[in-house]
Amino acid sequence: MNNKILRISIWVYLGLFFAYLLGPLVIMSATAFNSPGFPRATPWECLTFEWFGALFQDERILNGIWNSVLVGLGTVTLSVAMGLAGALMLTQISAKVRSVYYTIIIAPILIPGVVLGISTLVFWDRINRMLGLGADSFLSNGLFLTIIGQSTFIASYCMLVLVARLQRYDMVQTEAALDLGASHAQAFRKILLPFMRPAIASAGVLAFLASFENYNTTTFTFGEYPTLTIELAQKVRYGITPAISALAFIIVLLTVFGALANEANIKRKERIAEARKEGALPDVKGISLPGFLRGNPAAVLLVLLAIGTITVVGTATAYSPAQCIADVKETKRLEAEQRIQELRAKREADRAKQKAEQGEEAETQQSTPKPSNNSGFGNVFAPTTLSDDEEEGAEAPEPSNNSGFGNVFDPDALQEDDQSNSE
Amino acid sequence: MSAGVGVDLENLWIRFGDFVAVRDANVHIKGGDFFSFLGPSGCGKTTILRAVSGFLDPSEGKVLIGGNNMIGIGPNKRPTALIFQNLALFPLMKVWENITFSMEIRGASSAERRKRADELLDMIALPDQGDKFPSELSGGQRQRVAIARALCAEPDVLLLDEPLSALDLKLRQHMRTELREIQKRVGITFIYITHDQGEALTMSDDIAVMRAGVIDQIGDGKAIYNDPATAFAASFVGENNVFRGKIKQVNGGEALISTNRSGDLVARISSANQGKLNVGDDAMMFIRPEALAIAPDGASGDHFVTANVTHEEFEGNSYNIFSEGEGGKEIKVSIPNLGQSFENHTGQSITLEYETKNAVVVPAGELAAE
Repeated sequence: MNNKILRISIWVYLGLFFAYLLGPLVIMSATAFNSPGFPRATPWECLTFEWFGALFQDERILNGIWNSVLVGLGTVTLSVAMGLAGALMLTQISAKVRSVYYTIIIAPILIPGVVLGISTLVFWDRINRMLGLGADSFLSNGLFLTIIGQSTFIASYCMLVLVARLQRYDMVQTEAALDLGASHAQAFRKILLPFMRPAIASAGVLAFLASFENYNTTTFTFGEYPTLTIELAQKVRYGITPAISALAFIIVLLTVFGALANEANIKRKERIAEARKEGALPDVKGISLPGFLRGNPAAVLLVLLAIGTITVVGTATAYSPAQCIADVKETKRLEAEQRIQELRAKREADRAKQKAEQGEEAETQQSTPKPSNNSGFGNVFAPTTLSDDEEEGAEAPEPSNNSGFGNVFDPDALQEDDQSNSE
Repeated sequence: MSAGVGVDLENLWIRFGDFVAVRDANVHIKGGDFFSFLGPSGCGKTTILRAVSGFLDPSEGKVLIGGNNMIGIGPNKRPTALIFQNLALFPLMKVWENITFSMEIRGASSAERRKRADELLDMIALPDQGDKFPSELSGGQRQRVAIARALCAEPDVLLLDEPLSALDLKLRQHMRTELREIQKRVGITFIYITHDQGEALTMSDDIAVMRAGVIDQIGDGKAIYNDPATAFAASFVGENNVFRGKIKQVNGGEALISTNRSGDLVARISSANQGKLNVGDDAMMFIRPEALAIAPDGASGDHFVTANVTHEEFEGNSYNIFSEGEGGKEIKVSIPNLGQSFENHTGQSITLEYETKNAVVVPAGELAAE
């Protein structure tokens, strides 16, 4: 009994936890497919893919993505190289110096990105001036500064990842290679690098992601190369559209896809290693798709996701939400009009009521009800109107009728409908 | 192959800061020999090996390989190949790639490498295992792959740094004979590092016994075992019973020692110490357990020892009697099991005898730690 409660509460907790983690992503993804101009998931109006279209027509966003990729690749190259050098250094120096060295190398992670951005800008500007170069020199190029600035701290992340792997490296391996006639460069390339490859890949991915999402350092250094984050931040100032949700959706999809692919790959390698241990030597290249799917939920999910994506893209090209959007627009317009009418009627009623009160006070003035009848349709519910009707008879029947239906059948409204249809 | 390439260490000193790892080593290793450095861990034998392979430069002295001074020549340029204590096979390469790594460095084609790997795999009795990874092999197989990898580099001198220490006893004994056979087949000089006197005695042509950076004795197995030069060599190689005392009388090749516990005993002066021991010197006398025998009760003289038996054990091939020795040490007697019946002596006093040629006297010195 107690156990059952415990189990249920664990599931509830897990549910809450994942809702907290993934909920925003799901909602945001939904907004990418909803037609309203402001990203929102409810009320659901029309399934649309126009925001993806809008995204790929947005020059600034595309340019931002391109710059981000350029900066990312540059940062990956520089950071992984510096990180590897730092990690190698860490394993070579004596234990006494090591802790000091480690602190220095790790410090950039602790320094706020803003400070790094400013200091990068100031430092390279100084260097630029010292060398007597102009404002358009390579050293003041936005791409260069951004890569350098981001690498100052991303290299530290890379080093942490690489050190973890390097600590498991047996330096005797290098000695063995040297002993067998390899030069130091050969030993590095043929023994150490292959050993480090998985960590280098991890560090590369980490560096790319860190670079891609960086804002606070980049904001000082981007110059004429605004990255995606910079462009997004500038856009948000003027209000966002679901095109940004569409971009986010694509990024989420790529990330999930990449993670699942990686997972499947690891599983596959494990299986191969296991098969080899059992004595069979399977051909590594000849792994068939069914084998790849067997007993691997991640791979199955991956395939489903791929099929889903293809379906979505397929429908996107075939499906046109124009009719739905037009319908929704019409409904909305009508709603808006109705609201306006109601508002107007209410205002009229208020005014009439005021006048009626004035009239009651005066008692002698006859002309009071007339203007109220002419102008208003919404004073049906005003108590004074009723009394007016009794007094004045059928003097103003039309307007009062109109007001009862909220102006739906107003000839003017019909005319407008015609116009919008013919457009 | 020819007679092989010799290795000479001349006045070799290796220091790490204030610590002297190797002190004035002079060794001549003949080409084609199986030469062992035997000593406890930390005695400097691995340091010597690293100096020969080129991983560290000596502070003083010379390393000659085939008569050429190797100082300043890096490990990748020396005609040596080293088998590391942990083997250091490359885990990401298959067995055949491991074996032919030295050929890859020289730029040999893949087909050539494959062919050579197959030859070597046949030689180490691991045919058709070339496509496995080292992690998929057993300890003994890995051992042989490491040897093949070293031999593939066609070195003049093969250096082995306690390569058998990670193996279990059975495999270790098997690999001893195998190593010896491989050495005879390829005919190159082997320099072997070990702390296991059994390995050194069974495999080597010559052995250097090392203690704290100093080479105590160089000789073949018999000389080291039967004719130790120092107290350390006597106590480190094989089991030995020690008797401390002072030289009372020197008589040609023999000496009379007045021992602390057993009166005057006669012993042979080891050949390295002939003429060096004088009356009144502190000395140590060593008798192997198998050289002692039970004497008739009441016998006495300069080759009899009396002792109280503390315990006995039956070891299968021998019957061991332990009695109180000197300074907390035991006197061990080992009687070969030839089918005779063994009496129980525990708690009794027995008299032991030995032949003079089986007792050896050396100047007093440091004993090997047990």
